[in-house]
Amino acid sequence: MATTTATLAFIKRQIQRSPRHTARIYLKEAGYEFLKSLRLRMYSVSVLSFPLMFYVLYGLVLYSKDAIGGAAVPKYMIATFGTFGVMGASLFGTAAGLASDRGLGWLEVKRASPMPPFAYFAAKVVTSMIFSAIIVLALFGLGIAFGGVRMPVAQFAILLGTLVVGSLPFSAMGLALGYFTGPNSAPATINLIYLPMSFCSGLWMPIMLLPKLVQKIALVMPPYHLAQLALGIVGAGKHESAAMHWEVLAAFTLICLGVARIGFQRDQGKLYG
Amino acid sequence: MIATLKQLQNEHPQYLDTAKPDLIVASLEGVNKNYGSVRALRGVDFRVHAGEVVALLGPNGAGKTTAVKLLLGLLQPNSGRARVFGGDPTNPENRMRTGAMLQVGRVPETLRVREHIDLFSSYYEKPMALAAVLAAAGLEKLSDRKFGDLSGGQRQRVLFALAICGDPDLIFLDEPTVGLDVEARRMLWDEIRKMVGRGKTVLLTTHYLQEADELADRIAVINQGEIIAQGTPAEIKAKTAGKRIRCITSLGLNTLRQIPGVTEVREDRQAVEIQAIEAEAIVRELLARDAKLSGLEVTSAGLEEAFLALTSDAATGDTAHEPNYPN
Repeated sequence: MATTTATLAFIKRQIQRSPRHTARIYLKEAGYEFLKSLRLRMYSVSVLSFPLMFYVLYGLVLYSKDAIGGAAVPKYMIATFGTFGVMGASLFGTAAGLASDRGLGWLEVKRASPMPPFAYFAAKVVTSMIFSAIIVLALFGLGIAFGGVRMPVAQFAILLGTLVVGSLPFSAMGLALGYFTGPNSAPATINLIYLPMSFCSGLWMPIMLLPKLVQKIALVMPPYHLAQLALGIVGAGKHESAAMHWEVLAAFTLICLGVARIGFQRDQGKLYG
Repeated sequence: MIATLKQLQNEHPQYLDTAKPDLIVASLEGVNKNYGSVRALRGVDFRVHAGEVVALLGPNGAGKTTAVKLLLGLLQPNSGRARVFGGDPTNPENRMRTGAMLQVGRVPETLRVREHIDLFSSYYEKPMALAAVLAAAGLEKLSDRKFGDLSGGQRQRVLFALAICGDPDLIFLDEPTVGLDVEARRMLWDEIRKMVGRGKTVLLTTHYLQEADELADRIAVINQGEIIAQGTPAEIKAKTAGKRIRCITSLGLNTLRQIPGVTEVREDRQAVEIQAIEAEAIVRELLARDAKLSGLEVTSAGLEEAFLALTSDAATGDTAHEPNYPN
C-alpha cells in the first residue's frame, strides 16, 4: 500500500505556473516585504525620520525665509532632502536586508523553495519605492503646512514621480552592495557611501556653496543628478540637460545591476545562468 | 483513496515507465565537493528511493549539510552530479516538488508565523491548508506570534512548517530536531511518519543515532566527507553489533570464518579483524588453534560505541568544515 501511494506521488506531474499565479507570488512577496520593513523600526523609523528632521531643521526653521537659485528654501529643500530620503530608503531597504539574508542563511531557504528568484529582488525594490513615496509625500505635507510651499498639483505629481523613479539607481546600488558586504558590515558600509555622497552631491548644503573641487566631484555622483532633476522641477536647477541627468542615472543603474549579477551568480555556485 | 498500481497504469498509461516503486528520486553520483582546500565530500554515492526515509547520520562537520545543499541545487559539486527526480535540482519543476528545512541563522523576525507560512505556501501549486500546516507543526497557538518572539524550539517548528506547507513529494530536513525538547522531538517524528504514510520521501540528517533508528528505512553513516556505511538500521547494527576481535594470527581467513559465532572477518594490515556476537568462546578457540597468536585486542562494537568513536574521531581529526550558522 505504501508503495502504491509512493508511486502515485511520483507520477510526473505537469507543473506549470499560470501567469496569474506568478503575479500573485510577486504581489505577496512585495506585500510581506513591505510589512516586514514597516514593522522593523530600525528601518522604518530611521529612514523616515532623518530626511524629515533635517528638512524641518534647515528648511522650515533655520533658513525658511531665504531663497536659493530662484526657489524659496522650503521648496528647494523638498528636492534635496527628498533625494536624500529616497537614497537612504533604497540603500538600506535593499542592501542591509540582502546582506543579512545572504549571510545568515535565509536566502538559501528561499532559493531552495520554488519562489521565482526575481520575486525576492522585486519585492525589495518595490518596498524601497513605497518608502520613497512616503518620505516625499511627508516632505510635501510639511512644506505645504509649515513652509508655505505652493505649486500646481501636476508639479507635485511630477516631482513625486521623478524622485520615486529616481530611487531605482539606489536600489540597484543596494543590491550590488548587499552581495559584497556581510550581515554585520552592511549598515556601516552603506553609511560610508551614503553620507559622503549626499554631502558631495549638495543634498545637505546647496551645491553652489560647496568648494569648487567638490562641485566637480558632484558631477560623477548619482544623487547629484537626481537632485538636479528634482530641483529643475521646482525651478532651481542649474539648467543642465535633463536627458543628460537621466542618462547618467540609467548608466549607473546598469553598472550596479551588472555588479549585483556577478554576486548573484557567485551565490548560485556557477559562473553562468 | 489510494489507487492500486494497476488502476494507475490503466488510467495513465503514459506514465507507465515512471510508475516504478523502486524509482530513485534523489541521488549523489560520485560527488566531490571542496570548500577551498577543505574536502567536504569525497566520492559520495548515495541514493534515495521513492517513499523511503533515509537518514544521513554523522557528527558535525561530516558533510551532511553539504550533501543536502547539493541535492537542493544550492551548491554545485566539483565533480560528479546531484540529481532530483531524474533531473537538475535547480529545475523549477523539481523545486515545486521539494521542501527543505535548513539550519538558518536569522529568519525575518517581524513577520508572524501564519504570514511566513502564507508566503511559502503561495509558491506552490497545491499547498496544504494553513490550519493543516499549523497542526502538523504544532503551531496552532502560535500562528499570530512574530517569529522574533518565538523560542528556539518553536522557531524550528516554523522552519519545519515552511518545508512541508507546499505538500512536496520530497522533503529534506537538515538537523530537524536540534534544539527541540523530548516532547517536541517525538511530535516531529510522528509528523514525519505521517508524511511517509502519505507517500512522501524524506531525507533527514541527524547526529542522533536514536533518531535515525526510529525513523529511517535506511541509514547512511557519513564521516569526514565519506559514506562509511549504508544499510537498513538492522544491517548497520549487525555490522557493528557485538565485539570486534583484533589479533595477529597465522590462521587463514576461511578458517576463521568457519568458527561458529563469527559474523565477519577482514584483513587489516598484518592483523585480522573478527566480528562476533560474543568474544569469549571465539578467543578461546583462537588461542587453542594458534599458540603464537599475538596482539590480541577485544573491543565493543555496539552501534552507539561505534558512533561515539566516529564522533570523537571527527573532533580530533582534520575534519571537513561546513559553514555553520549560530542559532
